[in-house]
Amino acid sequence: MSGGKSVYLYILVMAGVTYLIRMLPLTLIRRRFTSVFLRSFLYYMPYVTLSVMTFPAILSETGSVVSALVGFGVMILLSFRTKSLLLVAACACAAVFLTELVPGVL
Amino acid sequence: MSTSNFKQGMRDGVPIFLGYFSVSIAFGIQAAKNGLTPAAAMIMSLTNLTSAGQFAALDVIRAAGSLTEMALTTLLINLRYLLMSSALSQRLRPETSLGARCLMAYGVTDEIFGVSILRPWPLEWTYTVGVTLLAVPGWVGGTAVGAFAGALLPDAIRRALGVALYAMFMGVVLPPTVKDRRLALLVPLSMLCSWAFTVLLPYVTSGFRIILLAVALSCAFALLFPVREEEEGAK
Repeated sequence: MSGGKSVYLYILVMAGVTYLIRMLPLTLIRRRFTSVFLRSFLYYMPYVTLSVMTFPAILSETGSVVSALVGFGVMILLSFRTKSLLLVAACACAAVFLTELVPGVL
Repeated sequence: MSTSNFKQGMRDGVPIFLGYFSVSIAFGIQAAKNGLTPAAAMIMSLTNLTSAGQFAALDVIRAAGSLTEMALTTLLINLRYLLMSSALSQRLRPETSLGARCLMAYGVTDEIFGVSILRPWPLEWTYTVGVTLLAVPGWVGGTAVGAFAGALLPDAIRRALGVALYAMFMGVVLPPTVKDRRLALLVPLSMLCSWAFTVLLPYVTSGFRIILLAVALSCAFALLFPVREEEEGAK
């Protein structure tokens, strides 16, 4: 590109860094942590991560805040009622699609 | 046993496939705008399998930044995977071989981590690989569609598919909140903090916001409400 460096060189660097970040803990940490703090930290961490990633990002993911909130509501309700992630996802997508068909939503 | 884990992984991979497909269309379009060929965009998606990191990389490439800058940007934005892989190392069946660990490491994304970490202990690597096998074609395929023909796809479909990922997150995060009141507090609190963070510090990247809040809130809860070992196993 403009700097003359090949795009593939950039891709190689980023892929290498990303893979090492993912691979090192999985291969180097071979035993269970004994620290209660550390174990508790790792117990809570996924819930924080996934929640933070969902909100407020979901609000700007669709055509309008209204359809996003409807989709959000549907996935919350369904999550408590079924174990099938596919069903939750399909219904949320359908809810967003249908809501955006309502005049005035978009 | 191993086959059923693999199959279950493929099943749970379907919503991830849909979500990735729609998100990566946006990436493919953006990559094309930044002058990447469809082949380069697809190879980037295949070798990185990460959304925020790839979007940020486009900026570095467009600005003709140094390779060091690229490495540092990638490191910062993807540092959360270090936390996630550490958490997975505790969940994974201890006898899992080195090769299997190296293989599943490729698929540690926010979403694949999310479904893997909440499996009953011990996590089998075949489950994670099953999910990954569906996620990757979604991510690379969407990139290709975006790079070649992003403008042709109906917007309404794209927007609707975009929420599939979040639906999956809620599907894994919410059910345990019924039995664990600490989680019932933590989940809405995390969303509230995330929202406040976005409003107050709009220039902080999403990757950094995730790391900061994940560390701060998990530390606070670990100090306030330590988890006993039996509880972890029962999950």
